[in-house]
Amino acid sequence: MKFGILISEGPYTHQASDTAFHFVSAALAAGHEVPRVFFYHDGVNVGTRLSIPPQDERNIQQQWTTLAAEHKIDLVICIAAAQRRGLLDQNEADRQGKDASNIAEGFRISGLGQLIEMGIETDRLMTFGD
Amino acid sequence: MTDGVKKFLYVNRKAPYGTIYALESLEVVLIGAAFDLDVSLAFLDDGVFQLVKSQDTKEIGVKNFSPTFRALGDYEVTKLYVEKESLAERGLTAEDLQEITYEDEDDDYAEKPSLIFVSRAEMADVMGDQDVVLSF
Repeated sequence: MKFGILISEGPYTHQASDTAFHFVSAALAAGHEVPRVFFYHDGVNVGTRLSIPPQDERNIQQQWTTLAAEHKIDLVICIAAAQRRGLLDQNEADRQGKDASNIAEGFRISGLGQLIEMGIETDRLMTFGD
Repeated sequence: MTDGVKKFLYVNRKAPYGTIYALESLEVVLIGAAFDLDVSLAFLDDGVFQLVKSQDTKEIGVKNFSPTFRALGDYEVTKLYVEKESLAERGLTAEDLQEITYEDEDDDYAEKPSLIFVSRAEMADVMGDQDVVLSF
């Protein structure tokens, strides 16, 4: 089965991104496909490369970056939600005249249309949030 | 799934202000309108407060986005299911909600109500009938 994943809560504050990570890992191990994960609301904060969790804790961003590279998962951060919360790639930083970007490897910023498209093209859309 | 067009339901469960879920849900609905979908919205729990008329947010310093609901008809979003029990539990009636209508192009553009009041059991049927349920 082909799963689309929506993560709508932020890392560390909320378990949603952890549970989604465990679900996606298990689904892939069972032979299912997860072509895309879409990050919305505070979920966009998973995609910052500037978070530094204590060394004896999981690094949620790194977990996703690694999993995505292994399984060619498209990690998409909603641009509207990202701009409100200060998540930028270099293109957007240049365009908006900001002095830094912070998006992590393996993530990309795009529009809400990618969420809708994911709902259309997958067999199940799973939401992880409140 | 019929005719290859998927049925999408956006479920609104939270109050319009206090958290950003309601506003960002509406942003998904507006973007989703560009796609060929059979779209419905559901309002239940505190989500019914999103439809209350005469909202005034000046004192809390955030944008009042409630007028956007009245424009949904122009985006061919014409089915807004409202759960009766959620209204009653909050002391609300249909008269407390803003009037939302659409022009039915199959009926000489007659103006028709977009709000559909359903019981909790009927709402379960609405949800069961969907291909994709996005809950906010």
